Amino acid sequence: MIHAGLTHFLVISVALFSLGIYGVITRKNAVMVLMGIELILNSANINFIAFARFGNFGLQGQIIALFIIVLAAAEAAIALAIVLNIYKNLSNINVDEMDSLKD
Amino acid sequence: MNINNFISDLAFIKPELVISATLVIIVLFDLIFSSKKKLLPYISLIGIVVAGYFVINQFGTAVTTFKTSLKYGMVVVDNFSSYFKIVVLLASFIVVIFSMLSSEVNSNEERHGEYYTLLFGMILGMFLMSSASDLILIYLSIELLSLSSYVLAGFVKNTIRNSEASLKYVIYGGVSSGIMLFGISLVYGLTGSTNLYEINTLIQVQNFPYITFLIAGLFILVGFGFKISAAPFHFWTPDVYEGAPIPITAYLSVASKAAGFAVLIRFIKITFVGSTDSSGYWILLNIIDWKSIIVLLSILTMTLGNFAALWQDNLKRMLAYSSIAHAGYMLLGLAVMSNAGINAIMVYFIVYALMNLGAFFVVMVISNKIGSENIDDYRGLGRRMPFLGIIFAIFLVSLVGLPPTAGFIAKVMLFIALIDARMVAVAVIALLNTVVSLYYYIRVLKNMYLVDVEKEKPIIPIKLANGIVMILLAAPILIFGIYFSPIIDFAKNSITILGF
Repeated sequence: MIHAGLTHFLVISVALFSLGIYGVITRKNAVMVLMGIELILNSANINFIAFARFGNFGLQGQIIALFIIVLAAAEAAIALAIVLNIYKNLSNINVDEMDSLKD
Repeated sequence: MNINNFISDLAFIKPELVISATLVIIVLFDLIFSSKKKLLPYISLIGIVVAGYFVINQFGTAVTTFKTSLKYGMVVVDNFSSYFKIVVLLASFIVVIFSMLSSEVNSNEERHGEYYTLLFGMILGMFLMSSASDLILIYLSIELLSLSSYVLAGFVKNTIRNSEASLKYVIYGGVSSGIMLFGISLVYGLTGSTNLYEINTLIQVQNFPYITFLIAGLFILVGFGFKISAAPFHFWTPDVYEGAPIPITAYLSVASKAAGFAVLIRFIKITFVGSTDSSGYWILLNIIDWKSIIVLLSILTMTLGNFAALWQDNLKRMLAYSSIAHAGYMLLGLAVMSNAGINAIMVYFIVYALMNLGAFFVVMVISNKIGSENIDDYRGLGRRMPFLGIIFAIFLVSLVGLPPTAGFIAKVMLFIALIDARMVAVAVIALLNTVVSLYYYIRVLKNMYLVDVEKEKPIIPIKLANGIVMILLAAPILIFGIYFSPIIDFAKNSITILGF
């Protein structure tokens, strides 16, 4: 049986981070873009917990992870409220069609 | 952690406590006396003044509180943080007055409670940013500032411009703070600590994996670069500044940028500087070459800001690019990596706050009157609003950096710091940039005075309150342009950053 080490966790977190950035860049639907942002935040979370567990740094990393979960929730709530407001004004949430402000 | 320590530590964050208390008072007042919303801005002004009193009282202390280890804590109270708190409070005071006079904000009077609540959320975030000495507190305070400003950018909910600005802001902001958090997690993994002072000692060991650390540092820089709208992280700036209500645009361009600079300077100074030599130059640890990175960033930022501003027809958008360019100039002060450079940035910020808020205020007054921010609609306005035209000229000339205004003094301080550090090539680039900026600022004045003057149109009167605010903003710019030693001395006394 293989035990998961620090490297395994880091590979997962980097993969999540890259997927998050990819999602933000390629997705047109605003909600999907926000999901990309959530992936980025959670990849950092995995990092914190993995480092705290395998680096013997004490509990700090896990406490930080709790903070980030709360913050991600707050950010998601605000971002979804903004998306809802966009939907009321434009009847769609396609980020490509939001071009009333540009050069 | 000891509960007694916690209570004694609270004494060091009195300004933050006052801001939080005012925030709660505003929420409660809004709920209980919902018919007296006119009083909310006055409560905000009182809260800002009281917080200002405590900030000035703190001047001269240098402590680290909320200790997470034996020696160092999460919050630092020193003259440097107090100085930036004063800049933030000054900007907040002026912006509350702006909001009272803004037709965009006043059109939503039933939602004034949340407006001022969120404004105080922003102030609290900026206070913590200028005091934070722990990466997690830095991240949390940046998020506190960002979350409040996302909502305020879209305050006028039923206009498409506002909603679009806030959506763009939240997406760019979310991504850049996420990248920053990833960088912080890497730093935590490499050093086992999030405290800047501890990281400073921990990275001075042999065989430190500096390439990974370089990547982590650059990731963290993304978050700061977003806050100070430095290129290439500036994409949100023109859209958000154009779309948001004008008081919020003015606030973002001054206060939020000041806090971003405070946290960036502290981050680099505490984490990466080994010692300071006798003439005030910082000796960087041999880990990340911040000097080259910042020089590159600042040249890119000011060149892009100035050249993009040339094509703008919307005044708010033009001022957005101009604020990007100013961030570039100020980054040069950091690139010098010396106390003189920081001194120049601090002087620049006080002056920049006055002149930029003033310019936005004039744009707001004109937009209240003629309902447009387009440069073509400014034709002949110099004749129709003679007083306002002169005041606007003062702000614009100061933004260019010509004498006899304070903008000149700010730029001269910066160039002196650059030339003393033998960075002549960079100084020349900055000077050429200033020449470019002359074109787009003066173009506005040309449109106001020299185009379309033959058609007689009635004079548009302006309200007395608007006139008084304009004089109060323009007078210091002229006075500091001639009598500048007080702000320079004040800034010189404030460069003490705890630890070195």
